[in-house]
Amino acid sequence: MTTALQLTGHRDQLFNQVIRQQLDSWISKYPPGQSQSAVIPALHILQDSHDGWLSEGLMRALADYLEIPAISVFEVATFYTMFELKPVGKHKISVCTNISCLLCGSEEIANHLQKRLGIGFGQTTADGKFTLKEVECLGACVGAPMLLLDRQYHEHLTPDKVDALLGEVK
Amino acid sequence: MQLDQVCFRTMHLDQPWSMESYRSVGGYQMLEKILREKTRQETIIEIIKNSALRGRGGAGFPTGLKWSFMPRRMPGDKYIVCNSDEGEPGTCKDRDIIRFNPHQVIEGMIIAGYTIGAQRGYNYIRGEFFEPIERFEQALIEAREAGYLGKNILNSGFNFELFCHPGAGAYICGEETALLESLEGKKGQPRYKPPFPAGYGLYGRPTTVNNTETLASVPVILQHGADWFHELGTPNNGGQKIFCMSGHVNKPGNYEVPLGMPFAELLELAGGVRNGNKLKAVIPGGSSTPVVPADVMMQTAMSYDGIGKAGSMLGAGSVIVMDETTCMVKALERIAYFYYEESCGQCTPCREGTGWLYRVIKRIEDGQGRQEDLDRLIDVANNINGNTICALGDAAAAPVISFIKHFRDEFQYHIDHKCCLVSEPELKLNYG
Ligand SMILES: Cc1cc2nc3c(=O)[nH]c(=O)nc-3n(C[C@H](O)[C@H](O)[C@H](O)COP(=O)(O)O)c2cc1C
Ligand code: FES
Repeated sequence: MTTALQLTGHRDQLFNQVIRQQLDSWISKYPPGQSQSAVIPALHILQDSHDGWLSEGLMRALADYLEIPAISVFEVATFYTMFELKPVGKHKISVCTNISCLLCGSEEIANHLQKRLGIGFGQTTADGKFTLKEVECLGACVGAPMLLLDRQYHEHLTPDKVDALLGEVK
Repeated sequence: MQLDQVCFRTMHLDQPWSMESYRSVGGYQMLEKILREKTRQETIIEIIKNSALRGRGGAGFPTGLKWSFMPRRMPGDKYIVCNSDEGEPGTCKDRDIIRFNPHQVIEGMIIAGYTIGAQRGYNYIRGEFFEPIERFEQALIEAREAGYLGKNILNSGFNFELFCHPGAGAYICGEETALLESLEGKKGQPRYKPPFPAGYGLYGRPTTVNNTETLASVPVILQHGADWFHELGTPNNGGQKIFCMSGHVNKPGNYEVPLGMPFAELLELAGGVRNGNKLKAVIPGGSSTPVVPADVMMQTAMSYDGIGKAGSMLGAGSVIVMDETTCMVKALERIAYFYYEESCGQCTPCREGTGWLYRVIKRIEDGQGRQEDLDRLIDVANNINGNTICALGDAAAAPVISFIKHFRDEFQYHIDHKCCLVSEPELKLNYG
């Protein structure tokens, strides 16, 4: 469990100091008055420091921090697929099943993963270790079939490689 | 024939992404020269025009012409934005350009900024590209340390700042106006055009959006000359181009080859069709471009004009190869699902139509197709085509129309027999 983040109160007290610094560094990359541009990078930062998902409180606090309406943050968080609005497992596995991966056997990889983990797409293992997602093309089509495990691409997969990969994850 | 002459020109080096590697092939020399000599903007635009560089993001618009639309002397903020959202199924070249040659993108963006009168640039990189984003951020630090970014660059009086901006998973944000919305911190919903970004772009200011590969080509063109670049390719189709060879080939990969190379040669580079199987069809430019049957494809030159003649589009150079074992209904079902999933929901024909397309193709694939379904699909596709704010609608319609046009028998078989043609070997047709 990560340390709790401060989600209410004065702007200077929100989240924690490290996160505020990261957010400020992003805001400084956009012209004055355009801090809304930092919404996506900010949501990534907050999601990463909140067990991989965004709570409503977190999003409201971000709106306060960026001084924009909460709805502007909700709209973005719900539009983009990388943002999770419910708790997820410790590790996220995103399997591409799009055309190049399909042609190269992503169905076998997807079935294998579902069997090994005992869950379907969009589900989390009972021990909270893995969440499995089906995703659209991740831009690694010449490495098909592929998946994204947390922040790392794994390409040219076979069921054996998937087993080895799962075995390595702590 | 030499490959890897443009965006992949550092590829043979150890740590191709380092500043040192990039400098060893002449990197940043053009930027230094331009700033030293205060090269006129018109001159640079003229060179880019003469090189016949066309946009590598999908539409193939002439880059020099696009740059000439910018009101570069107009006071106030202007922007150069690099489109590294790379989400069109089959496309995976920008990822490698950024991973292996980030400095060339940076130099291209600074030169573009200088030329169009922009003092600030953003590279919008899709959020899942963790490794490329890290590489790019690292390269930005190096470029800043070397004095290529910031105020009064190399004492030239030219100021330019460049930042990386991550996406968060939305294909639509590759569409340039959706990308600008996303960069402003909003949902990625395309804007009406006109006004075009050159008039009303990021934060309502004049903006040029170019693809990663387009911008990375610029320093090389300036270094070796417009004619050199143009002659790498064919008339009106200048340069080399990266083709992402995916699907049923023995050696899938990104190949940077001269535009105009015969498809047959490119296929050979990629090791030929897997297992010695017969080629059935090719989607030459990414999932949104019309599918081309094998016999036509084998006679096609890989250029904008060549693939156009074959009834399709070069698109982003994303070549999806399908061998004789491919069920075209299933392939189309997956593609249709993608556009349904990624429609931003703004325009009714696209939001509703993509769902219709997917559901009808799915029921054909599931053995529940009805006799009227093929005509219905064409009808729905035609009703999306041209009736939406952005080209995602057209992108959803084109595969459906072309798959049915070229492989109608196979769809009809699914409907008549409630099963697949290719999974029954004794009934396998010869598509040659
Ligand atoms: C639905 C859709 C998705 C697109 N995705 C991308 C993309 O991922 N990368 C890209 O460079 N262009 C993409 N484009 C094209 C851009 O709108 C734009 O034409 C391009 O970035 C211009 O750069 P260029 O002239 O250098 O090609 C897309 C267009 C549409 C309609
Ligand atoms: S189709 Fe799977 S990464 Fe592109």
